Amino acid sequence: MPILTLLIALAVIAVVGFVLGRRRALASASGDSRKLHSLPSYYGYNAALTGLVPALLVLAVWSVAQPMVLENRAQSLITQEVADDGAMNLIMADVRRLADGLSTAVAQGALAPGEAATLTTDSTDVRAILADVGVALGSDVGPDTLQAAQAYRAGALSGALWKSALVLLIAIAGTAFALMKTNAAFRARNTVERGVMAVLIAAASIAILTTIGIVLSLIFNTVEFFKMYPAADFFFGTVWQPSFSGRGGASELGLLPLLWGTLYISFVALLVAVPIGLFAAIYLSEYAGPRVRAFAKPLLEVLAGIPTIVYGLFALLIVGPMLKDVFGADGALGVAWMTGDRAVITAGLVMGIMLIPFVSSLSDDIINAVPQAMRDGSLGLGATPSETIRQVVLPAALPGIVGAILLAASRAIGETMIVVLGAGAAGRLDLNPFEAMTTVTAKIVSQLTGDSDFSSPEALVAFALGMSLFVITLGLNVFALYIVRKYREQYE
Amino acid sequence: MTDTPKTSLLTVDARTRKRNAAEKRFKAYGIVAIAIGLLFLVVLLTSILRSGLPAFTTTVVALEATITQEDVDAAEGQLLKTAAYEALLVAKVNEFLVERGSTIEVDEDFITDRLVPKTGATIREFYKENPDQIGQTVTFDLPASTRISRYFEGDLLREDVTDSRFLEVADLDVVDVMIDAGLITTAFDWNFITGTDTAVDNPGGAGIGASVIGSFFMMIVVLLLALPIGVAASIYLEEFAPKNRLTDLIEVNISNLAAVPSIVFGILGLAVFIQFAHLPQSAPLVGGLVLTLMTLPTIIISTRASLKSVPPSIRDAALGVGASKMQAVFHHVLPLAMPGILTGTIIGLAQALGETAPLLLIGMVGYVAREYPDGIISGFVDSNSAMPAQIYTWAARADTGFYEKAWGGIIVLLVFLLTMNLIAILLRRRFERRW
Repeated sequence: MPILTLLIALAVIAVVGFVLGRRRALASASGDSRKLHSLPSYYGYNAALTGLVPALLVLAVWSVAQPMVLENRAQSLITQEVADDGAMNLIMADVRRLADGLSTAVAQGALAPGEAATLTTDSTDVRAILADVGVALGSDVGPDTLQAAQAYRAGALSGALWKSALVLLIAIAGTAFALMKTNAAFRARNTVERGVMAVLIAAASIAILTTIGIVLSLIFNTVEFFKMYPAADFFFGTVWQPSFSGRGGASELGLLPLLWGTLYISFVALLVAVPIGLFAAIYLSEYAGPRVRAFAKPLLEVLAGIPTIVYGLFALLIVGPMLKDVFGADGALGVAWMTGDRAVITAGLVMGIMLIPFVSSLSDDIINAVPQAMRDGSLGLGATPSETIRQVVLPAALPGIVGAILLAASRAIGETMIVVLGAGAAGRLDLNPFEAMTTVTAKIVSQLTGDSDFSSPEALVAFALGMSLFVITLGLNVFALYIVRKYREQYE
Repeated sequence: MTDTPKTSLLTVDARTRKRNAAEKRFKAYGIVAIAIGLLFLVVLLTSILRSGLPAFTTTVVALEATITQEDVDAAEGQLLKTAAYEALLVAKVNEFLVERGSTIEVDEDFITDRLVPKTGATIREFYKENPDQIGQTVTFDLPASTRISRYFEGDLLREDVTDSRFLEVADLDVVDVMIDAGLITTAFDWNFITGTDTAVDNPGGAGIGASVIGSFFMMIVVLLLALPIGVAASIYLEEFAPKNRLTDLIEVNISNLAAVPSIVFGILGLAVFIQFAHLPQSAPLVGGLVLTLMTLPTIIISTRASLKSVPPSIRDAALGVGASKMQAVFHHVLPLAMPGILTGTIIGLAQALGETAPLLLIGMVGYVAREYPDGIISGFVDSNSAMPAQIYTWAARADTGFYEKAWGGIIVLLVFLLTMNLIAILLRRRFERRW
């Protein structure tokens, strides 16, 4: 039974449960709802939820577990020598494709249903049959691959059947159980509210699950990577030179050039964003009248709402060529510092533009939080507004502003699309800002895009890079929040 | 008495002048900073419009043809069927040139490689679908090649043309005749709105339609998951959660997740949904799941703010007339907070719509957006791309013809984002209550 039908069936059971539960409760109170413990609809909700929630849970668990079980069973049928996990993954991908292909062939009538389960490689050319129905297989089908695929397909078919049966049974049994308990004295509201509370807590816990998911997926693959590639070479290597197509051995995967590129670009970005953002925030909060503020603040914040891919394209096609016209070989300055459109300065400048509203609106909030009495005191003593700002307001707001800058730095380090398009592809340890360099995020994208084979160090290194990125940004965020929070307590 | 020199409030001394100058300078710095910020915005928007608008128009060559049943039969009988149709066009163009008193004669390469590339297939399709048009005079609006459309629009000057596989100087004479006759015109490019991605050598035919659909299905997943989960989590944290270790842990997690780089969510999606749970690669369903996890913190933070803004007197009144805590929240607080929640959700969705990096990791790159999904289920699970990923793919291609498409794609994306933000602002204006 397809999943959509199953869900519709569950919904029907729930609706029927609701109607029956409500009616039964009213009947047990001989139609007088005042004799019931709860409002009649709560009896209905109770019946519907008791059936629906366990059924959905079983459905979810089964849907996740079934492919894993089948995979294991099919794997045990593969008898040929398998070199490593990577080769096994490739074979299993073949098995899955073959199983899907057999189903397609049956659906299109190229194979009889019984035939698909029994055919062998000796008697039939499986590849040709599947090619006829539009399923292209990379290589000829070995006998054990076919067997594994047949087992996989049979398991999937019977699994789907059992799943539907079990889920429907649980839904009906749950509903029936709730209906049985329904009578005038039953505390339906309390039961339903307990259930709803459980759902609310589960929803709130998703945040924890996400963090656990991130940490586990990073750790497992990083450990896997360090089994193939020494950790010391990764953390202290000064050369980034992955070999292509997973030939292995020859790759040099050093973190330092990428980290250097990341920090350098972020530094340039902050050099642009911090002065502009900070002065804009000071002007908007201390000098600007309500009209200017109402006009300039939202416009600056538009910059924050523009997707990063737009900034990436802007860096690649507008800012890069423009900078090259100034600093390039035939440029306005005639200095020939810049050889290509992509450079640290291109990406840094554009990223700085992106961060201006981030710095300005955070600093704006913090400057506004400085108590007016401090300004009044300073102005009353005869200081000019700018002296007040420099000597009273900014020192008071400093911890918050540092926190804001740290948050901006963490944003810059984690930014991806601008550096993918604007910064370049070669890892380089260099001081020249007109040189193309690459970053951690850019390399995560290039090592993982369009690649589903996680067995080579060239692909797995992305997880180690992700781990480094996660640790750095998390550290910066925690530190920034700590500073901001500590500051906030001073004036409240 | 001290010996300080006499000063007057009426005369401005050097020190005061200095301080006043510093004051003016400081204020000017602020104005300059805001001006720079706004200048960047203006430059960004003008370059988007200037580079992107041409993507919405296309240069078409109107060629008349009267193809008879015999022509069709003869063409279908040949090995290269599309080339046979193109040969019929060549004859037509030569007839036209003689009519206009031109002495130039064109060959097949001119039509098929340099004027209107890959037209044979279009014409063959047309007659297959409309057999009743055989024998009638039909005008085909065929998309012109990149170079000829640039020449037509004045971006390419005759002096700059050198003979190549793509364009020869002699071709321009023919083109000039055609322009005089009004055969070459600019038309709105519907194919850009409704089309799909194309092969790397055909920037003219690329369209963003399929990836708009991919983005649409992703946003459905995000809306269906992030809104209920986000609201449920916020209600728990804001209304029911006791102050304990678990709640603190959840709070810390949410604020940290809000600042985790988006690409890390892509790694999570790759490892958990594809590597571990074997969900289909490049599917909008997986993209939607990843973006859901990414936008949840944003939605939770804004939902909690709008729950907090509902005054406690509402809860007290409900509790006072005998509602349970759950009833007070669901019947009174939640409906009053709903406009704020929806506004926050739309803004979260807009953020998710523009996100690119995590989608690249789970395989939703542009070149998989080759066809429209067959139905609703297929829309969720079949390979597709999303608007920002499609733009990235075009920007990363070697053929510069795709750059224009990328800018055009950005205009489409920004129109969607603008609409969503406008809806959010209108919702806020219309329904928000100040207590």
